[in-house]
Amino acid sequence: MSNNWEMVIGLEVHAQLNTSSKLFSSSPNQFGSEPNENVNFIDSGMPGMLPVMNFACIEMAIKTGFALNFNINKYSVFERKNYFYPDLPQGYQISQFEFPILTEGFINIDNEGNQKKIRIERAHLEQDAGKSIHDIDPKFSFIDLNRVGTPLLEIVSYPDLSSAEEVVSYMSSLRQVLMYIDVCDGNMQEGSLRADVNLSVRKKGGELGTRCEIKNLNSFKFIRQAIEYEFKRQIDVIESGGKIEQNTMLFDTSTGETRAMRSKEFSHDYRYFPDPDLLPVNLTQDQIDKVKTSVGELPQAKLDKFIKDYNVDKDIAKIITVEKQNAILFEKMISETDVKPKFIAAWLVGDIFAFIKENNLEVSSLNEKTKEITDLLKLVSDDVISNKAGKEILPKVLNGQGKPSDIVKELGLEQVSDSGELEKIIDEALIGEEENISKFQGGSDRVLGYFVGKCLKATKGKGNPKLINKILLERLKK
Amino acid sequence: MKSSISQIKDSLRDKKISVEELYDEFLIKAKSSKTNSFNLLLDKENNILSIKESQKRYENGNPLPLDGIPLGIKDLFCTKGIRTTASSKILSNFTPNYESFVTQKLLDDGSIFIGKNNCDEFAMGSSNETSFFGPVKNPWKNKNVPTDDLVPGGSSGGSAAAVAEGTCVASMGTDTGGSIRQPASLCGIVGLKPTFGSCSRWGIVAFASSLDQAGPLTNSVEDAALILNSINKHDFNDTTSSNHVREDYSIGINDKLDQKIKIGIPSDYLKDVSGDILSQIENTKKALIKHNVEFVDVEFKTTEYALSTYYILAPAEASSNLARYDGIRYGVREEGKSLDDIYLNSRTKGFGDEVTRRILIGAYVLSAGYYDAYYRQAQKVRRLIKDDFQRIFNDVDFILTPTTPNEAFKIGDKLDPISMYKNDIYTVPTSLAGLPGISIPSGLSTNGLPLGIQFIGNYFEEKKLLQIAALAEKELNFNEQ
Repeated sequence: MSNNWEMVIGLEVHAQLNTSSKLFSSSPNQFGSEPNENVNFIDSGMPGMLPVMNFACIEMAIKTGFALNFNINKYSVFERKNYFYPDLPQGYQISQFEFPILTEGFINIDNEGNQKKIRIERAHLEQDAGKSIHDIDPKFSFIDLNRVGTPLLEIVSYPDLSSAEEVVSYMSSLRQVLMYIDVCDGNMQEGSLRADVNLSVRKKGGELGTRCEIKNLNSFKFIRQAIEYEFKRQIDVIESGGKIEQNTMLFDTSTGETRAMRSKEFSHDYRYFPDPDLLPVNLTQDQIDKVKTSVGELPQAKLDKFIKDYNVDKDIAKIITVEKQNAILFEKMISETDVKPKFIAAWLVGDIFAFIKENNLEVSSLNEKTKEITDLLKLVSDDVISNKAGKEILPKVLNGQGKPSDIVKELGLEQVSDSGELEKIIDEALIGEEENISKFQGGSDRVLGYFVGKCLKATKGKGNPKLINKILLERLKK
Repeated sequence: MKSSISQIKDSLRDKKISVEELYDEFLIKAKSSKTNSFNLLLDKENNILSIKESQKRYENGNPLPLDGIPLGIKDLFCTKGIRTTASSKILSNFTPNYESFVTQKLLDDGSIFIGKNNCDEFAMGSSNETSFFGPVKNPWKNKNVPTDDLVPGGSSGGSAAAVAEGTCVASMGTDTGGSIRQPASLCGIVGLKPTFGSCSRWGIVAFASSLDQAGPLTNSVEDAALILNSINKHDFNDTTSSNHVREDYSIGINDKLDQKIKIGIPSDYLKDVSGDILSQIENTKKALIKHNVEFVDVEFKTTEYALSTYYILAPAEASSNLARYDGIRYGVREEGKSLDDIYLNSRTKGFGDEVTRRILIGAYVLSAGYYDAYYRQAQKVRRLIKDDFQRIFNDVDFILTPTTPNEAFKIGDKLDPISMYKNDIYTVPTSLAGLPGISIPSGLSTNGLPLGIQFIGNYFEEKKLLQIAALAEKELNFNEQ
């Protein structure tokens, strides 16, 4: 049935900006404090308190503007969105409405190899609300105002997305960019990045249907589940003769279902109006230009560079550029050694990432150990030690157990690359192998592997395999 | 006649009286007053430390600008450790843990707060009848009906009544549409509303943020200048606080005018006024014309729209500013079965009728479908009103108007809100434009009640404005009338 139907999706993404203080107050902007610890008189909505804009938030918005190809508006206005809720102490949320700071941006997403441009209608700054906690006590609700006033950038896409995969790809691309330009920590579990999904269905190529908004999804898994469920739900309603009502939906993470929270009839009238406590934001070109220099290289540019300039395989380059700290580590290593980037990249996404994962480390924690790592990789790429020996030593190097060259010596892992010595060993190994030699000369390549293995064994694994190979061939072809 | 701040300072300096005796004198008088002009009086024990420190400074010969001066503070300013109610039931149990910017500056300059002045609830009213703590009585009486209790005007009615009867030397008020100037006029004292952005709004319970402005109610223009010196400071915590250069407003206040001054009188303001009101303007003209002052007729194009503009914009802002009084975190909470019930009960019982009316008007003009017709339109008219003033200030130095269209009226007389709103017809345009205005007492009505005139100056021209007001004060000699 759903073959005839398609979904049309627009996303509202809320990104918490990682400023040190809040949007309009000097309280610390941090996660995980004791309840109501990061709350001052402004945050708690005391009488006579006034908001004072934190310019760092404006700078982060501008930075995002450059990174997501937005028009950066010199004139923007903070307005009040009025509604009552206990975790909203002022009785209104300060947000941008008619005049947002960013308009008409876009991002290119890659969905299984297909490029698609997703247009972004606007992005505006606003305050986050606090948290109401209803599950501690059967009789009382509890309010934690720590999050009140935390700066959010709400990024509103056009309805350009048409599958759960595209939505996830869009969301992860946004996350990647925001983390690259260091405006958001991207931590979805802690709510630093969350999405409202606007979804409607239509017959392929037909007219747009009525949309429903699924609120506050904070993981890729939930986004995918919610979209798939809501897509089917809407089709079922229509195919059984019903009509879609414009509802706000909640996603129940335990059942994987969406359900209506309120219908449009009961939707709030937020009575937006310009906040008279704040002046409109009037930016100069100079202020905007100043921020531009801090944007840095974006993920797509890095990816292109790794592939073209460093000759790294596309798949590996993608893994490295997923997170900015990977790329930083990679580029630091490249700058410190003459080992080929491609070689380093393979080691990075292989054994080095495996070590990080096993030991539950931050990638950035290796930034101080790049010298040791590249020294080790140099030994491998110069055939001083074998690949196998390199893998064996890596954890010791990363654990700080000594310089690679010292460890190599200590463990006696240096390869025998002295041709004279190897020739002697090979000559000994070939004694009594006349039958196999004639097999090889008769065209059986497999015998070569047998000889290499035999020689390596004779060197207790330390013989340089390439050299052994070379000498063997010379001997056998005689 | 009441002593001025500088006369009191002289007495303190000359040891004719001590700071403590001065405080006692005012406190005893305030306690025995029947005007209900204080929501709270501070016993000497509350202030004993400040009194002693002030006395010490006099003895050391280095008193501060307002040292030892007992002031009243409108109960709209948050005062640290002192209950602050905005004369509302909903805040009747609220004691802030912080001091407003303006009152902090007054404390820094040595003044001592005697108590919190009654006012209209959340500063909404023109007669001080909307207070949860009951109406304030004007110390003045109608000589023809001396038994009537009269209103002091509002919303800073308690401040005006207290200064007029001498229970504090001066009081800090706030003015949103005339709340300093109108009660000053009805109580026969001086009231100054500075340019919007002069004095920080930080820590003042907000009514309408784009209009609210703190200012003094005093016995003389010079006292107003002295207090303005203390409170007119830039504040980083108020985004709308101006960072223009401040002057000393009292120095040279009585100097002779060194150049010709041109004052405009808006003829449209005087169309339907009583003879009493008209003669205030005529007397002022007569008094100033010999001082190198020229009077010209000016005409506003926007006067008839000012009141309706104000009564859209101020309630719109108020409806949002007062949303925080929900009984959840502080203030009076009325319990209920659900969250909505708690909101409904707390706010229905916590707010009086006038406040409720303005919240409803405000919510209405901001609601979907009405915003463009009311709020947006009113913002446009506000711009035109500003332009209208600037057009007139291209030609004149000051504008002279009556402060109010009538004298003080009987408590309970004006039941219809519209006729109450019309009391602010001369003060509201100035507020919408954000211009400074000062009301000084100019004479008595046929009923023997004080009437006032208003001088309006251009933005941040308080220095000049106070000079012309001081000259008119001297010439009109109200206190000797």
